[in-house]
Amino acid sequence: MSLAIKVENLSKAYQLGQIGTGTISRDLERWYARIRKKEDPFLRIGEDNNQNAKSTSDVVWSLRDINFKIEQGDAVGIIGRNGAGKSTLLKILSKITSPTTGKITGHGRIASLLEVGTGFHPELSGRENIFLNGAILGMRKKEIARKLDEIVDFAGIQRYLDTPVKRYSSGMYVRLAFAVAAHLESEILIVDEVLAVGDAEFQKKCLGKMSEVSKGEGRTVLFVSHNMDAVMNLCKSGIVLNSGKSDFVGNVHDCIDYYQNSGLNSIDNWVAKKDLHHPHFSNIKYEISGEQPNLILTIHFKTNSASNSPGAFVVFGIKSSLGGTIMEAVPSLNPFVKFNGEETSYSCEVELTGFIPGTYFIYAWLGASEAESYDWQDNILSFEITQAPMAERTFPYSARTGFLVAQSKLI
Amino acid sequence: MNKQQDIWEIAPSTHLLDLKLKEVWAYRDLLGLLVRRDFVSFYKQTILGPLWFFIQPLFTTIIFTFIFGNLAGISTDGLPKPLFYMAGITAWNYFADCLTKTSTVFKDNAAIFGKVYFPRLIMPLSIVVSNLVRFGVQMVLFLFFIAYYYFYKGADFQPSWAILLFPLVVMLMALLGLGAGMIISAMTTKYRDLSFLVGFGVQLLMYATAVIYPLSTAVEKYPKYSWLIKYNPMTTLIEIFRYGFLGKGAFSWSYLSYTSIITLIILLVGVIVFNKVEKNFVDTV
Repeated sequence: MSLAIKVENLSKAYQLGQIGTGTISRDLERWYARIRKKEDPFLRIGEDNNQNAKSTSDVVWSLRDINFKIEQGDAVGIIGRNGAGKSTLLKILSKITSPTTGKITGHGRIASLLEVGTGFHPELSGRENIFLNGAILGMRKKEIARKLDEIVDFAGIQRYLDTPVKRYSSGMYVRLAFAVAAHLESEILIVDEVLAVGDAEFQKKCLGKMSEVSKGEGRTVLFVSHNMDAVMNLCKSGIVLNSGKSDFVGNVHDCIDYYQNSGLNSIDNWVAKKDLHHPHFSNIKYEISGEQPNLILTIHFKTNSASNSPGAFVVFGIKSSLGGTIMEAVPSLNPFVKFNGEETSYSCEVELTGFIPGTYFIYAWLGASEAESYDWQDNILSFEITQAPMAERTFPYSARTGFLVAQSKLI
Repeated sequence: MNKQQDIWEIAPSTHLLDLKLKEVWAYRDLLGLLVRRDFVSFYKQTILGPLWFFIQPLFTTIIFTFIFGNLAGISTDGLPKPLFYMAGITAWNYFADCLTKTSTVFKDNAAIFGKVYFPRLIMPLSIVVSNLVRFGVQMVLFLFFIAYYYFYKGADFQPSWAILLFPLVVMLMALLGLGAGMIISAMTTKYRDLSFLVGFGVQLLMYATAVIYPLSTAVEKYPKYSWLIKYNPMTTLIEIFRYGFLGKGAFSWSYLSYTSIITLIILLVGVIVFNKVEKNFVDTV
């Protein structure tokens, strides 16, 4: 088998904070450094992309020295926490942004689907949008015309083909958009988490189409998802990214095991990125106390808002490393969070009963009612359980038998 | 599958003069579809539809005739006033539209540029072609005016041989607008201030171009400063445009060559700067 993609020493640096003020002087400084053949003064001080650490410079490496090879016809899952560099990697592979150093070589046409329906125009009909979107993705007109029936069939929108897409239901819209991209004649298909949209049946159809693409047609697929089941079903091999570095490359099962057990970085403190005006969480941190099987997760959170807003309540959810929610904690249904223009602190306790060893993620929601959501932060914190809930148990714990061991006894 | 041309490479910097024109050619269908999209979405859900293309030049002509022609009494080289102004406005609008629309191309398309790759040059090119369609429609109005004044009113003017240069003039206007617009667009991704400048800058530039007055009047009244207007490449183009259709205006081969060279330089710089910024603008916009 020949290589489809070869990535060598790939790095990408981003500048943190405000870009815009004083950039002319910085640009001049950079330019001056370049003509003296010196290193770029603003890149030298870069550091890893650990989002929690207080940074000493305002340049971070979103990707650092990534190396891997992908063979033709392989389906590769890219796994990693939020901010691990997955999206950056895909953006570079799809030529949306260019790397800071390193290079990628490969062959075969690349079709990337980072978002469903890019370039759809609401006023144009389904048919016109198929052509427009197909052309944006790099298809020729004849090619699209040849595949039109197949695309329409896959999306199931025959009746609406000549209706403007602004009248489509969101499901139809997504189906049509995916159908166009999936029928591209490319040798390499890059798919970001687009499957998060659409209903379960459609997700299944998409996954089916993608495995048909990789297994049946021998095309190379790169797939990013937080849904480990989907990754496991679709991919043969995997790459685990962590803080911009490729931590592990190998067989997909080993990758997922590695990812779940690495427990790399329990993140116990999260700070909102910038000054926000609407009601929001400004800081969330936790500590774990107690003994297995009854651990206590104490969450300390701060909220803030620039203006007075109706009171709100909070929900904290705990997700497994596979991406599914295990449980949600709603400490109070009363709108106890008040916004009066100042940062306010609260704490709550969540009982963790019978959690098996592994890494878990926390999301936080803030809102006035089910329908009025102020802030939603997914996967912002993570914690690791190392101790087993039943000390004397010798057979292993596995996600397959559930993340929680039920508290049971003989009576 | 193992064809040589399928091999690609992604690296931090490519050669400055690599204009990626081959890639643009491969995406030519997209260009056509984008033009179609602009045109169709422009008049969907409007009553007058493409008639809107006429309204702007028509009203501007009327207002210019009153203010500059009658009130200020600026010479129109002996041509009927509405005809003189409409010639200037039609040609100027094409250039100005190409320039202003191209100058915001990164900002306007940030969402799509951030999600999918295609040769970015396609976008400004589609703007120029879309505006060409619009310009074509406005030319019909202008020709209608010419016919009205020539046959019905019996006005005294004769189109000249320079009308044959019309395609070249249009092309030069398009390329000049495209080149200047691309330079500005590349700079606005970092320095937003420029986008404020473009709006009124174009307006000021119109007064430094022979749109509402003939070049001859400017030379006569301000012999010292008229070089500013003379060396403005757009002046040459508008004068040729008027000379071709209405038979009055300044024409010289040397100014035409000068304008062509300036246009090509601006275009080349524009494409180079645009291609350079295109690679990383997603990170700064």
